[in-house]
Amino acid sequence: MSALLEVRDLTVRFRSKTALRALVERDRHPWIEAVCDVSFSIGEGETMALVGESGSGKTTLARAIIGLVEPAAGSIRFSGCEIGALSRGEMKRVRHDMAMMFQDPRGSLSPRLAVRQLITEPYRIHDLKRRDLDAECRRLLGLVGLPAEFGERYPHQLSGGQARRVGIARALALDPKLILADEPTAGLDVSVQGEVLNLLARLQDEIGLSILMVTHNLNVVRHVADRVAIMYLGRFVETGPTEDVFRQPRHPYTAALLSANPESDPDARMARIELQGDVPSLLKRPSGCEFHTRCFRVQATCRDVVPARGAAGRQDFTCHFPLSDELSITARRKG
Amino acid sequence: MPADKHDGILQIRDLSLAFRTPAGRLKVLRDISLDLGRGRILGIVGESGCGKSTLISTVMRLLPANAEVTHGEILFNGNDLLRKSEAEMRALRGGRISMVFQDPMTSLNPVLSIGRQMIDIQHRERRSLREKRERAADMLARVGIPDATSRLSAYPHQFSGGMRQRIAIAMALMAEPDLLIADEPTTALDATLEVQIVGLLERLQEDFGCSIIFVTHHLGVVAELCQDVVVMYAGEVAESGSVRDVFHRPAHPYTEMLLRSDPGRIHERTRQLPTIPGEIPSLIDLPEGCVFRPRCPKAFDRCFVAPPAYEAGHDHHATCHLLARETVA
Repeated sequence: MSALLEVRDLTVRFRSKTALRALVERDRHPWIEAVCDVSFSIGEGETMALVGESGSGKTTLARAIIGLVEPAAGSIRFSGCEIGALSRGEMKRVRHDMAMMFQDPRGSLSPRLAVRQLITEPYRIHDLKRRDLDAECRRLLGLVGLPAEFGERYPHQLSGGQARRVGIARALALDPKLILADEPTAGLDVSVQGEVLNLLARLQDEIGLSILMVTHNLNVVRHVADRVAIMYLGRFVETGPTEDVFRQPRHPYTAALLSANPESDPDARMARIELQGDVPSLLKRPSGCEFHTRCFRVQATCRDVVPARGAAGRQDFTCHFPLSDELSITARRKG
Repeated sequence: MPADKHDGILQIRDLSLAFRTPAGRLKVLRDISLDLGRGRILGIVGESGCGKSTLISTVMRLLPANAEVTHGEILFNGNDLLRKSEAEMRALRGGRISMVFQDPMTSLNPVLSIGRQMIDIQHRERRSLREKRERAADMLARVGIPDATSRLSAYPHQFSGGMRQRIAIAMALMAEPDLLIADEPTTALDATLEVQIVGLLERLQEDFGCSIIFVTHHLGVVAELCQDVVVMYAGEVAESGSVRDVFHRPAHPYTEMLLRSDPGRIHERTRQLPTIPGEIPSLIDLPEGCVFRPRCPKAFDRCFVAPPAYEAGHDHHATCHLLARETVA
């Protein structure tokens, strides 16, 4: 599998105060690092999931890849092209092959445009007006399982699940190679969630899409992602094939996330790991291992020494004391 | 009616409610009946638009002007809330009945300090300001806010989402209510924080002994926290009973399909997740007979007549004709 997208040491910074204020306060580092030294690659037809809690930088990472925020450092290569080095015109061509599904399905649809105009807008933007737009509209609606009459509807006439499908249809308009799906199932009911995920899986099988899926729902990840990366405070704390990570998480944070996934069975009792406290502020990153303030296996070393990237099998992680096999977190049944 | 139900804190009987809209009457709740025992935690689950939020707004009597209760009663400690005057209701809200909302940022006042708001909520108590302040700090400590006394002067925006929800819970419990209604209190939170809040509610319920109604669409949380559950579909109760009965032996096809669609239940990796085909019916123009019939894989001729609530076990009910067929056969 050749890499379609290759990200190396990517860092995204946001200003935490204005330049003038930083100067007055003699703050040499008026930045927060929303994404910090992240490296990964996605092959053709592969699905990778970015998992993490709010503020962990997963959406920022996706936005950096499609060029909506500018990275401070690192490289993003798409189909062998270094994205940072491209001019605006060249970038437009790259965006032809890369599409984003935004988190808020209704917020990302203009309320004044009908569905037909919304999903054919990419053709107008990319000067492909000579195509038969009505036929394209029907094709795209069919692809996402909506009847052709929906072309005449406006966003307020759509349910959450339908708006999500329109978002998918628009993302698919230009036959992209990569879809960045930001929380594609957030706010959807379980049955509609299943429909959206099945649709993405089917499209992947049919047209060989690569998908980068941003989500905090681990139940979803297990079924759709080939590989998973767990983010905490803008860094990858663990990456690996989904099955391996679910079977044997190495980083304590991954284990806590997995155990925090209540099962709809009243008799199943997880070996629950309740993390203490809240996610620290990006303005005040903890010393040493950044997870040590909430870790249930914290030791003296963790407070001072930044852990190096370790590996076990096909997983890699940043932890001084990774979980080993005998400490595996599995569901136990009572009685 | 079983004898132990007389000790119930809340009984809803045949409640029906409609909204008058330009497009017609929206029959949002139809013949809802449920019982909440003293000191129990009841989960209300269902997909968006099933009427679960409208139901609790009706209990709180916080309905928009175009709502009309057409039938039924809501007995709280034996008194019908629907017959109470607005002044009597106001005395109950935040007193005997209190509520935790989905988004704590919108339920807390952003321009008043936490301490100010927690003192204000004790306006009915005959205590000195100092005592009220101490009680507020004590309550914050009980919901796990570190360094509670000094945090009283902080404002809502200075707390994280999980902390804000803890504060909202602390405020709801200030008056030691008999009934706490929590409307999707963990939906806006991350997984690890959701676990913390669920654990907190579990502990507080034991300490305070209040009854809790927990509204959610997250089946896993219900399994973890609640003893009883009501499954709603399109404005009706599809099934009710103990969590163990309903989740292990669902009697209504909707419950069964809902549980099966939960990806958390599927441990084998699959590319094809189960779904419930079709859409929720229009509440203006309801389907004939059983409201779930158009989507039900097990529908048969009798389903064109609306089913009553059949008994599926001890205190376990489902509105589905399949149960009658089984007992006849």
